Amino acid sequence: MAHSFARPRKSVTLTILMAGLVVYSLFPLWWLLMSATKPQELLSGSFGLLPAGEFALFANISEVLTHQDGIFVRWFGNTVVYVLAGAGGATLFAALGGYGLAKYRFRGRNAVFATVLGAVAVPGAALAVPTFLMFSELGLTNTMWSVILPTMVSPFGLYLMWVFASEAIPTELLEAARVDGAGEWRTFFTISLRLLAPGIVTVALFVIVATWNNYFLPLIMLSDKNLFPLAIGLASWNADATGVGATPVFHLVITGAVLTILPIVAVFLLLQRYWQSGLSAGGVKG
Amino acid sequence: MNDLKEEAPMSIKRNLTRSRRVAAAAAVTVLATTLAACGGGEPGSGEEPAEAASAEEIEAALEEGGTIDFWTWTPQAQKQIDAFEKAYPNMTVNLTDTQGAEDHNTALQNAISAGSGIPDVAQLEYQSVPQFQLPGQLTDLTAYGFGDHEALYTPSTWGAVSQNGGIWGLPQDSGPMALFYNADVFEEHDLVVPETWDEYVEQARKLKEADPDKAMINDDGNGAGGVTSMIWQAGGKPFQVDGDTVTVDLADEGTQKWAEMYQQFIDEELASDIPGWTDEWYQALADGTIASIVVGAWMPGVLESGAPDGSGKWRVAPMPTYDGTPVNAENGGSTEVVPEGSDDKLLAAGFLQWLNADPESIKVFMETGGFPATVAELESEEFLGFESEYFGGQKINEVLAGGAENVVEGWQYLPWQSYANSIFSDTVGQAYLDKTSLLDGLAAWQEENVRYGTEQGFTVNG
Repeated sequence: MAHSFARPRKSVTLTILMAGLVVYSLFPLWWLLMSATKPQELLSGSFGLLPAGEFALFANISEVLTHQDGIFVRWFGNTVVYVLAGAGGATLFAALGGYGLAKYRFRGRNAVFATVLGAVAVPGAALAVPTFLMFSELGLTNTMWSVILPTMVSPFGLYLMWVFASEAIPTELLEAARVDGAGEWRTFFTISLRLLAPGIVTVALFVIVATWNNYFLPLIMLSDKNLFPLAIGLASWNADATGVGATPVFHLVITGAVLTILPIVAVFLLLQRYWQSGLSAGGVKG
Repeated sequence: MNDLKEEAPMSIKRNLTRSRRVAAAAAVTVLATTLAACGGGEPGSGEEPAEAASAEEIEAALEEGGTIDFWTWTPQAQKQIDAFEKAYPNMTVNLTDTQGAEDHNTALQNAISAGSGIPDVAQLEYQSVPQFQLPGQLTDLTAYGFGDHEALYTPSTWGAVSQNGGIWGLPQDSGPMALFYNADVFEEHDLVVPETWDEYVEQARKLKEADPDKAMINDDGNGAGGVTSMIWQAGGKPFQVDGDTVTVDLADEGTQKWAEMYQQFIDEELASDIPGWTDEWYQALADGTIASIVVGAWMPGVLESGAPDGSGKWRVAPMPTYDGTPVNAENGGSTEVVPEGSDDKLLAAGFLQWLNADPESIKVFMETGGFPATVAELESEEFLGFESEYFGGQKINEVLAGGAENVVEGWQYLPWQSYANSIFSDTVGQAYLDKTSLLDGLAAWQEENVRYGTEQGFTVNG
């Protein structure tokens, strides 16, 4: 054999392929960042991947924050509320439920398992319309609850926590705690919760991103502009460019999009190390 | 009402079936109780007669006050509401800004299907009126004396709100078509402002030869609204609705006349294909890449806000015709309606009447760039004498209002116009992309419409 694969760790082909994928993934992000620095009239007239004209980023940002009486700030606040209440609730329920299903044996556990697995397979968008009709009967459409309550349910998060809890928490540890006289709640909050932390962060990241970017559910539920999350709000600015009485604000849509993704990027960077330890937790135990 | 809560929203078919059930039930009740009441006769308009009210009763109710919900995407709405609440201090109008026609229609259909959260007054594009009216989702305002307002409006806008034996709203604005052109480009290349479509095509050829980077017109093959309006002008009547029977004939004489003329723009590549309403499109309007556009009278406001750099360059001329005789069509425009599910129709009718018939409200609407549908405003000296700075001081309203006088009568939209428009680019639009025959594209659109309409429970001839 003339060829040698002695150094499989440094494959030139794979490195190039990876580099290509990185560039490919960053391409739209770069375009977005560059475009956010341009005034509206240069958006389509200039090359998308390089800055052009005056540096208008700060002018754009201040216009985003003040356009239509500063409604962007309100949308930002709404999104934070939806994430804290909705994604926070989803994470808590997933942790409690996943732990319970992993560590307690009870009648109907398999039925729950099947239901959860089935629910994972149903896309959220497919449930939006039935959910709308239910909420409509409850008189809850066009309220914050109509976004928060459905968001608090995350079958995939529950499934993840379940798998994680069965791996990460030794049953012997729980038995030891019980022998020492700790109640079930105390065991959960003082012992299990810490062991579950990496899994919780993983689930939290997952549902936070999903809630932050959720489009279809709030689109169907909300008609009051003051309750919009950022995704719907930006889409509404984009739609302002169409039809009778059109007032295009494409530069605000783009700069608004940059401001919208910043918190998500920050959350990812901050929680990243917990996440990594979560992914490797199973490996240590072997 | 209970059974419809289980139904999925946005399904016209189910709503229609339901409305027939309700209509049938209502008809039976009416027949059983009073034989005199069986006026209507047409299916689809057969709800029970609305509770009647005189002008005095409406006025008294507004004085007494109450709260109503209003859904609209009109930019001027809040200012109009402020003026209304000043005139009637006991009234409160909750405004929901629905952003645009598409989202608005979906949300309205959802609320109606759910049977809750239905606004008392809602905006509808003229082309969407049949879609909500035929399934019995709109209140017939005849009983509120709205027939007296007919003389206020241009015949074409009045025709759009009074169909199928009822009055379903009052016109808010109108969009008689006109030719908007970039005078700088015309001057530079020595082009003549065309009066007929033949001249228009001729000038387009000249421009292409002189400057291939510019195009006389732009058409991305996605503009069902513009195309239906041009067919309207050519005398086509491809859609005819009579109760539950719909005739679709996208090969009638007028439609063919338009297709034959417009085919030249496609075959000779005289049109650019920049996607409409995008940043690129606005840029092209500002810098002369698109040299002209045939569109509704609401365009000046769009140009001013979307293409400020084009200021001073644009002018307006009457819409090109086929033989020199002035003929026009409407493009866009909306009405306000009272949904059947409104829980205070008296106040709703009162507000709607003030909104689109009271001179004060119309004044507010026009001050911020709205193009009126009322004859008095269209003929007023102040309106006609207005010199637009953006249009280099031209008295644009003289031209635009002139167009409103020559609109061909008898045009109708499909009861599923928004669906039809959504498949336009897959059928007629393909002719633009592939440089093939518009007539073939129209035939494909025809076929899809017949299939869809039949599926929705209509009797479709075509």
